[in-house]
Order: sequence, then structure tokens, then C-alpha cells
Amino acid sequence: MEQPRPGAPAAQLPEGAVSLLDREGSLQRDERFARYLPYLDTLIEDRMRQMYRWMVTERRLDREATSLQRQGQLALWVPAIGQEGAQAGALAALHQDDWIFPTYREHLMALARGVTPRQLLLLFRGAAHAGWDAEQHRVQPYTLVLAAQTLHATGYAWGIARDQAGWDQDRRAQDGQITLACYGDGASSEGDVHESMVFAASYDLPVVFFCQNNHWAISVPSSTQTRVPLARRAAGYGFEGVTVDGNDPLAVYAVTAWAAEQARTGAGPVLVEADTYRVGAHTTADDPTKYRTAEEEQAFAALDPLTRFETHLRATGVLDDAFAAEVHDEAEQLAAQTREAVLGMTPETIGTLDDVFAHTYAEPHPLIEEEQAWHHQWQAGFADLESAPEVAGGESTVPVDGPEGAPA
Amino acid sequence: MSTSQIPDGGHVASSAQQPVPQTETLTIAKAITRALADELAADEKVLLMGEDIGSLGGVYRVTEGLKATFGADRVVDSPLAESGIIGTSIGLAMRGYRPVAEIQFDGFVFPGFNQITTQLAKMRARTQGTREVPVTIRIPYGGGIGSIEHHSESPEALFTHTPGLRVITPSNAHDAYWMTRQAIQCQDPVIVFEPKRRYWLRGEVDTSPAAGDAQPSPFRAVTVRQGSDATVVAWGPLVPVALAAAQAAEEDGRSLEVIDLRSLSPVDFDALQASVERTGRMVIAHEAPTFGGLGGEIAARLMERSFLHLEAPILRVGGFHLPYPPSRVEEHYLPDLDRILDAVDRLFTY
Repeated sequence: MEQPRPGAPAAQLPEGAVSLLDREGSLQRDERFARYLPYLDTLIEDRMRQMYRWMVTERRLDREATSLQRQGQLALWVPAIGQEGAQAGALAALHQDDWIFPTYREHLMALARGVTPRQLLLLFRGAAHAGWDAEQHRVQPYTLVLAAQTLHATGYAWGIARDQAGWDQDRRAQDGQITLACYGDGASSEGDVHESMVFAASYDLPVVFFCQNNHWAISVPSSTQTRVPLARRAAGYGFEGVTVDGNDPLAVYAVTAWAAEQARTGAGPVLVEADTYRVGAHTTADDPTKYRTAEEEQAFAALDPLTRFETHLRATGVLDDAFAAEVHDEAEQLAAQTREAVLGMTPETIGTLDDVFAHTYAEPHPLIEEEQAWHHQWQAGFADLESAPEVAGGESTVPVDGPEGAPA
Repeated sequence: MSTSQIPDGGHVASSAQQPVPQTETLTIAKAITRALADELAADEKVLLMGEDIGSLGGVYRVTEGLKATFGADRVVDSPLAESGIIGTSIGLAMRGYRPVAEIQFDGFVFPGFNQITTQLAKMRARTQGTREVPVTIRIPYGGGIGSIEHHSESPEALFTHTPGLRVITPSNAHDAYWMTRQAIQCQDPVIVFEPKRRYWLRGEVDTSPAAGDAQPSPFRAVTVRQGSDATVVAWGPLVPVALAAAQAAEEDGRSLEVIDLRSLSPVDFDALQASVERTGRMVIAHEAPTFGGLGGEIAARLMERSFLHLEAPILRVGGFHLPYPPSRVEEHYLPDLDRILDAVDRLFTY
């Protein structure tokens, strides 16, 4: 049997982590977690079924996207399988107009907020840097230089705090907004996470730091990022941090709902660390067999959030075969539509370089205008060639120089 | 080419229809203070962020008095964290605010460099034009103040090389007032490099609306002295040096045109081209190291545009390819009047 490498993650939660569903999917109302339990009562059955739908849908789309990448149709894919419970629980705990500042792995959150699979995959097709309207979905564009988004979430929360200055508690609780700053165990080592927590604490900002500790930053285990559960870092900034079982959607929901209410009503930031596992590779360019063992993967597979949640929902009568079948059918259809949409991302249906010329600056810019004009001329030079008869022998007819008079 | 000619190297005088000038003599530092105050008053979404800018009024006192007038909520003493200052400014701008961030010194911008180059500069293009982040970043820059390491640098080329940013630098009090206001009003992110060794340079500043109307775009160059034999291009702290060089050259019977570039990105190439095609010769002077510097880009572009008009290669005068030296020897590093005149002389040896 292959030995686990030093520092490899173990499939057990840190001491004191909030967990409500046991491994068999049975709800344990542990009194140690009394302050979160009331939030469970706000989780109506419809919402639980919705969470289940999100999780099934994300997992199915995730597999489709991986296939599309393997078939050369996507430049890259970032699997989120294994993290559906953490994402569904956190999202369900937010108000509709709370803002999500994602990394590049919050697919479930984006989809659940109405981002279409096509919009999501424009980025991974290389067709756009951000495929959806942030304002419409209250989901910011994915951030690839990780941790940068935690400062944006903090700054945005600062703006919210300014806009809501003078509101009383009732109004805050009802209409107040928060931001959810997503990051992971890897990015927790970035300075921007530190700086965002300093700012958020100094100005009591309505931000919930939501750390999905999936235990692997590509090939480096979380033990290289931290000696202690990441939630404990919050104490150093003077606010509360809670580690929650990230494979338990109900626990994540309850803790995040509590955290969101704290932030929303003016108590300042909270850190929620969802202890979960990246079941798949970091991205489709990664090979986890080089750094982790099959035994480890199997141990975490036993914690699968979807299986656990489904078992619970069935046992409590929230979900039956008919509903599960309906959700899976929908996911299949969506996967097929996703494939069609990705294959339909032809040059005619996605942006051109002109879009980038148009969008880089808000106000007129002479260099942009000059270079774009040159590029148009350059392209126009090829239009003549396309209508010209093909040269025998296959010799290139592409001119070496640009169009006459064009600046180089 | 801009028609705003400034014969004395001072300010743009408004000659609009019987304007009511509101003119006073201010240092560059105080002109910026006034600009910040006027923008804070004009737009409640404007807020200032930076280290020590509140109670202290900034290490150069540029924000002096603003916290007392506008409150600690709008003139924010931030934690000591440049990435945090820029990153939260981006978030605030996403929310509809217009943050004006102060970076205490040129050499301290680098902890915030990632946020500026990977986030601020790219946000609009990334979001297909749907997310504008009108953040202004003020950075005192340049040497000649006898200070210690990291307090005398000219990193402008690192930012002019970054698409999505605009970079400007005033050289006189009147421009400092108006260009600061224009930067804050701009929908694009603007970095304003403030020539710190000229903070105490006094000049007439007209803050009247008519003067504002007459003020050229901050992204245009201005000819601050007309001449016919050669063009000297300078910006920020070196504009007064270039003007002094032109004065000295005149005594030698040589007529130098001096252009205050003002905008480092975009560069007003039309103005430069018009000038060099008249004079046939050009020197570009900046404090930053010449290798990979903005002067090289300007020279290359003008060679492409104006090759057949050139009587000599375009020459650069700038810093050496060295980390900024200890200030006891900075006078040997910084371009000065004699080095500009030497370059002008060399222009005439071809």
C-alpha cells in the first residue's frame, strides 16, 4: 500500500468544526453548535430541493466540461466536483442581492445565480475573459490572479457600508447587503487575503470571507499553507472564524447564514472555512497522481457531499425518486445544451479583437484608434486575397509587409 | 498640436469671453490640495485613501486640512498596505465610488503593482466594457530631494507599458490643479505622477470655470517654449530644467522648443511629430533609466512617423541603468541642464 506523503490531508475534521449531518446523512442537532441551529429552521424544503438541484446540475456540467476540454473544445476546465456542498450551502444562505466575489471555481454559485453554462464556459473556451453581466447576477467575474478578489470584495463591502450608513438594525437585517469573498487554502497564503482582513476588520465591513479549504493548492497540501485550521486566523484580526464541515451542505448553510447575519447587521466581517476536498484535478492540465495517493482520494470520496445530502433528503421525505429523476433528466438536457452551445462558439458568435479595442478604455485614446485603424487595414488586405484565385503550388500569397502607408 | 502656448513656462492663461479669473499663487502641492478639495466638494462619491493622509495631511501635506473639512469617512487614513489601498479602491469603484488613492512614495507602489496591472488596468476590457473603475492613483515621484532609498524613483514606464491605464504628470501649479481634477473625473483609471521635488514650486493658478474650459485635455502635450532649431521633450520635474536649458541655449544663439509632455500614456505623438518636423532635431529627457524607458518608445515612434524630417537621431537624456543611487551622489545620476545641452550639441554634429 502506498504511504501517504508527509503533510497529506486526512479525511477528518479539525477539532470543533461544525458538522450537522453525520456520515450516514443523519442530522445531529449537536448542542455545541446551538448558535447555528436556528438558521436550519429557516431552510425550507423547497430551498433544500433547490440546493440538491444545483449540486446535481453542477456535477453534471462539470463532467461535460471536462469531456469538452479533453476533446479540445475548451482551453481549460477547473473541476469543482466535491465542493458542491460547500458552494450550495453558502449560496443558499445569502440574500439574492448579496454579492459574490468568486475565484475561478465557484461554478455552482454562478449557475445558481442564473449564469448560463454558455456564459460560464466562454472564459474556458478562450472566447471572453468574463462571460456574464456581473450586475445582473450579483456574481463578479472570475479572478485568476487569486486573492485579488478578496480586496475587491472588501472594497465593495466598504461601499455598501457607506451607502447604508444610518440604517437601523431592522433595515439592515431586511435590506442590507454583504459580499462573499471566496478564496481557498492556497490563496490564503497570499498577502491580499491578509490585507483584505485587515481592512475589513478596521472598518467593520459587511464581508463574509468564505474559504473553501479543499486541501490542495494544485500539488501543495494545505499543511504547507498553514499549521492551524484557517478559520483560526480570524482571531488574529479580531473577528470570528468558524470551521465547518464543507461536505455538509446543511452545516455550511447554517454557519454561513449566521455569518451573513453578523456581517449584514453591522457586526463586521466573519471568516467561514469550509473544510472540503477537491475530488478532481486542480485543472484539466493537472495530474493528481503525482502528488496524492488513491487511498487518500478514497477516504475523502466517502464524505461525498451530494451522496450525503441526498441520503438525508430521502430519509426525511424531502426528496423522492421522481424528483431525483426529474433533476437528473434536466441536468442531462442542460449538459447536451452546453455541448451544443460550446460547439456553437464560432468566430461569428463570439467577440472579435475590435471588442477588445473598444473596451480597454472608456474615453477616446489615440493610440488605440491608430492601432485599430492599422489592424483594419491589415485585415482588409486579406479580403482581396480571399476573392483571388488560389496560386498554383500552394505558395503563400500573404504579403510580408502591411498595407501601404500603415504604421508598423 | 495643442494651441495652448505658454511662453513663460507657467500656466495656461484663459482668454475666454471675459472670464472672471480666480487666480492666486500656489505651490504645486497646494494646487493639488485645492483640486482634491474641489472634487470632494463637487462629487460626494469622491473619497481619498492613503497612508497618513488624514490627521497628518500626508507626508508632503498635500491632503492637509481635508479630513477636517470633509471628515474621516471621505479622507481615509488607511492601513499601511498598498495592495489593500488599490484593491479596496477597485471594489469601491465597482460600487460607484471614485476613490483617489495616494501612494506615499514612488518606490512604495510595488506592493500594489499586482492590483494595478492585473486588476485595475484590465477590469474594463475583462468585462467587455461593463465595469468601469475610475480610480485615480497619486504618486509623488522623482529624485533630487536628498532622500533615502525608494523615495526618489521614476517608475512611469512600468505603467505606460500597461494597457488600460492612463498616466499623466503635471509640471506646474496650474496644471497640477486642473490635471488632478481631470484625472478624478476621467472614467478610466489614471495614475498621476506628482513631481515631488517641485511640490514647492509656485505658480499662478486660475481655478475659475472659464480657466477649466480653456484647459487642454490632460492627455495632450503643451509647448511651453517655442523654438526652431531643436525640440526638447520633458515631463514633470525636468520641465523647468528643460526650460532653463533652452534659456541657456538661446544665449548661445540656439533656439530650442520645449514640450511639456504632460501625458505619458497616451502620448500626444501628433504634437511631438509637428514639432520635430519643424525643428528636425529632438532630445527627450527623463529621470528614469533610459533603457526600456518611455524616451525610447517616443524616439522609435517618431522615427517611424518623421524619419525623412530628421536631421539627426533622436537622443535621450536620462538615468543610468542602476538602482537609484544614494542621494549623496544623485546629482551625478539625474539629468541636468548640462546633460540636456550636451545632447543638444550632439544633435548638431550629424
